[in-house]
Amino acid sequence: MKPVTSGMYVYLRLVLACLRSQMQYRASFLMMAFGQFLVTGLEFAAIAALFYRFGSIHGWQLHQVAFLYGVVGSGYALAEGLCRGFDQFSAIIRRGDFDRLLLRPRSTVMQVAAFEVQLMRIGRFLQAAFVLTWALMNLHAEPGTLMAAAAMIIGTMCTFCGLFVLQATLTFFTVETPEIVNVVTYGGVETASFPLTIYPGWLRFTFTWLVPLASTAYLPARLLFKAHGPMSHILILPACGLLFLLASIVIWQFGERHYASTGS
Amino acid sequence: MTSQIEVCNLAKSFRVAQRGSGMMGAFGSLLKREYATRAALKDVSFTLNAGDLVGYIGPNGAGKSTTVKILSGILVPDSGTVNALGMCPWKQRTQYVQRIGVVFGQRTQMWWDLPVIDSFYLLRDIYSVPETQFRRRCGELTDQMNLGAFLNTPVRQLSLGERMRCDLAAALLHSPEVLFLDEPTIGLDAVSKLALRQLVKSLNVEHGVTVILTTHDMDDIEALCSRVIVIGDGEILSDGPLTELRNSIARERWLTVELEGDQLFSPPTNTTIMRREGNQVWLRYDPVITPTPLLIAGIAATNNVRDLLVQEPPIEEIIAHLYQNGQS
Repeated sequence: MKPVTSGMYVYLRLVLACLRSQMQYRASFLMMAFGQFLVTGLEFAAIAALFYRFGSIHGWQLHQVAFLYGVVGSGYALAEGLCRGFDQFSAIIRRGDFDRLLLRPRSTVMQVAAFEVQLMRIGRFLQAAFVLTWALMNLHAEPGTLMAAAAMIIGTMCTFCGLFVLQATLTFFTVETPEIVNVVTYGGVETASFPLTIYPGWLRFTFTWLVPLASTAYLPARLLFKAHGPMSHILILPACGLLFLLASIVIWQFGERHYASTGS
Repeated sequence: MTSQIEVCNLAKSFRVAQRGSGMMGAFGSLLKREYATRAALKDVSFTLNAGDLVGYIGPNGAGKSTTVKILSGILVPDSGTVNALGMCPWKQRTQYVQRIGVVFGQRTQMWWDLPVIDSFYLLRDIYSVPETQFRRRCGELTDQMNLGAFLNTPVRQLSLGERMRCDLAAALLHSPEVLFLDEPTIGLDAVSKLALRQLVKSLNVEHGVTVILTTHDMDDIEALCSRVIVIGDGEILSDGPLTELRNSIARERWLTVELEGDQLFSPPTNTTIMRREGNQVWLRYDPVITPTPLLIAGIAATNNVRDLLVQEPPIEEIIAHLYQNGQS
């Protein structure tokens, strides 16, 4: 087997092991997944209620915003489900589990990503997917729109994975995760779910040039609905998310050398 | 013999955040944090040959675990070099760890909620062990360590002794050439300790696996290790065969004299009384200055003796002595 395919295989095996562990606590999983579904569902209900009252924001109709919301929501839920290990990384370090990962002949990025896959995130993913499906039906989506949605979801997922990786990298230097990063991740979900034009300049700048959430969600959506830009541009823009993730991984590999272990 | 692991002038220090006590201290550290540097390793060098079974001992905080973590590629030292199996552990980590096995007595390497055998399957994939080789190896280890009865039990439900045996087997599935054992007998009962020691011994003798063992249990050392490296406060205090360690520190002997009744006893010249309880007296002496037969003859001639017992001081005493010398 080639190293890359072998790495993917091990990743899948680790993820499956993680899911099997979680299935030992089935009732807890079902309740958490349902809770996620309900909470995010209520959130969207509130947005819809506002639109029924005010019509549109900055020329965006409810189902267009729903499209954006669905793309960002499912991208985020996938990232949270697949990369949760990075979000929990300070706990992994404090428990000494990172030592164990270093003892294995595999990349740490792959192992941390597979460390804790949270199946209950399927609750949030399903909710976002429902909203997206509803939006696509109302937009009378063509095949191109579906492809764009897929590319945007993957790009958004990569961006959030990159943020989780960066957050974890900080832990190498501080042991405790600075809460500030949560402002960017959670804030990013909220911000990217709406047309970027409603925000002040510094916020637009942050999510366009520092964290490329605009390139993976808002900008392609604008090309799709407003500017009717060429499909190639719409499909290429979300690749910024992938570049962001790769850059984060490079920074991670640098930070790893500062790892100081804990305890005896 | 060729050297398998060469450690030269390793040094490693940690930054420890200084925090005042109480609420004021906790808030104060938010604003301004002060760090102290603590040297875990100052200057550590040694060489191991293939097939060695070496005990690595020292008090808490001496740098044992730090050394093991550097040698197994977990930590990067501040300075110094390691050449292990022809590689640098922290630079060629993934290639290197493929050929070593590590067992930490304090925590398991297995998946807590999964049956033991599932952990073995996962390790097979992680280490890319070919299926036929894995089956043979797994079968051997299961027999040797008597794991058959609980291969399908989740790890969290195992007793500590069972878990340690499984952990050892898990570390051996990929047939490592070097095995690091960090306090493997901690918390085990006497029977499990004996079983574990036998396994380690046979691995070393029959399969030629190099073993580095850190422990606080001197019985582990006496039962297993031909060579002992003592570390204290980040420096090597002594390195050599166990007998040499005994001799170099103190050629001391202990003599227990049991007297008939509660009579007076004055120590012969060049001996000291360590303590006395009722009719028992513990003496300490140097067998070169005071030959044992003469001492015993002298005591028997002047006292009413019921019993005599000559002993070497226990290894703990020797080590304690070494630490004190190292610190002064």
